[in-house]
Amino acid sequence: MALPFYVSPEQMMQDKAEYARKGIAKGKSIIALENAQGILLVAENPSSSLNKISEIYDLIAFAGAGKYSEFENLRKAGIRYADLKGYAYSREDVTARSLANAYSQTIGNIFSQEMKPLEVEILVVEMGEADARNEMYRIAFDGSIMDEQGFAAIGGQADELKAYLKDKYQEGIPLEGSLRLATKALEASTSQKIRAENLEVALLDKHRSGRHFRRFETTELARLVGDAEG
Amino acid sequence: MPFRFPDRLLPDPSTGWNPSFVDFLTTRHPHLLTRWDGPIPGGEGAPLPVTHGTTILALRYGAGVVIAGDRQATEGMQVAARRIEKVYKADGYSAIAIAGVAGPCLEMARLFQTELEHYEKLEGVELSNEGKANKLAQMVKMNLPLAMQGLIVIPIFVGYDRRRSEGKIFKYDVTGGRYEETDYYATGSGGRDARATMKKLYRTDLPEAEALRAALEALYDAAEEDIGTAGPDFVRGIFPTVKTVTSSGIADVADAQIRSIYEGIIGIRKGT
Repeated sequence: MALPFYVSPEQMMQDKAEYARKGIAKGKSIIALENAQGILLVAENPSSSLNKISEIYDLIAFAGAGKYSEFENLRKAGIRYADLKGYAYSREDVTARSLANAYSQTIGNIFSQEMKPLEVEILVVEMGEADARNEMYRIAFDGSIMDEQGFAAIGGQADELKAYLKDKYQEGIPLEGSLRLATKALEASTSQKIRAENLEVALLDKHRSGRHFRRFETTELARLVGDAEG
Repeated sequence: MPFRFPDRLLPDPSTGWNPSFVDFLTTRHPHLLTRWDGPIPGGEGAPLPVTHGTTILALRYGAGVVIAGDRQATEGMQVAARRIEKVYKADGYSAIAIAGVAGPCLEMARLFQTELEHYEKLEGVELSNEGKANKLAQMVKMNLPLAMQGLIVIPIFVGYDRRRSEGKIFKYDVTGGRYEETDYYATGSGGRDARATMKKLYRTDLPEAEALRAALEALYDAAEEDIGTAGPDFVRGIFPTVKTVTSSGIADVADAQIRSIYEGIIGIRKGT
């Protein structure tokens, strides 16, 4: 029997990380922004049916960048996790923090144990009710988890987007302003004009009750993005 | 085995991504569902003291459907609760009302809400109105072993079918049989009396005010004839739960409005 070649653990992790980064870099980026009306999620997405942004629970939303089949699996698992918890305990007990931890565990386990790591980067955001603070967690392909404030970006151009937003973002920015800022940031990072029908936008809306997540229709977006140009 | 919250997220390959929350609980977390395979404890003449919810009804009118239920629960000859809810919002365009043994009724209402929401979030689209009615039939059927032992749950489902632009009423039997009602329906201990009243007051495409009045008058008559059903309680300020489901979604009818409708009905009956 032939012995397998020895590969040092460092080398193996490095190779996996590089593989995952390359996969994620192919995908388009997503931005989350806290604004005066809640948390806005903006993605460049030419498909109107294959979503990158999703509702998880009353106050919690999800966004995934990278390989669709992989983050779609994670999205569904997250919804199941949240609904089970809400049913077994109560709706108030479903929190982004515990969900983000579960994601981190799962993605981290796959990174260290499986041959192929997940080529995904995800965002889990929760809008704080009343005076509670918003929470935004970014989970990378290796399961590392980061707590973000104000704005967050995932996907291939995440670093450029963050650099752009760092200078321009202001706390308490109104909804229209935050949508305009996110669109500008995406355009700057890709150096291309983005049309309203290629945007996927959703909001965790303070003005709603119960399930706060809502999607923007293309017509509504065209009006808002069009206004931004005028 | 006690309930343990899962720490892994990925799906079990045996279930995959079946969008049904009920199926998920049945296969993975059956401890969260009511199950009793043995006989009900207590011999003949000493039935298990269980709490019963009573009269519920639904009635179609011009803009959609109205669904209502009284607020009393009984345990034998005693009042067990005066403020229980028997009518629940199921999602943005549908509602259920449940009569029968209170515990399993509440569980079914809650499970049905979660089921619809879970499907909508996983699939990205809402179930069709027909699909919701069928899903509820399966859940009633699942309860059959309990029903055989006396723990009966009988729901009424109403929804606004946005594809056909009309309100619909579905009634069920204990075996999960699902029947559509075109005009009105009532069930529970005072169901027969409520139906008799609605029979006299019902016309096609009633305006909303008259539909609400017919529903509330039916509950009033049920409360007069049936000891399990409570009428409006002006002393404590407890009134039946009434919801409407129309093309603009589900809405609660405010207690103040119900109170004034009842004051009108009682005024006429007193002859003042």
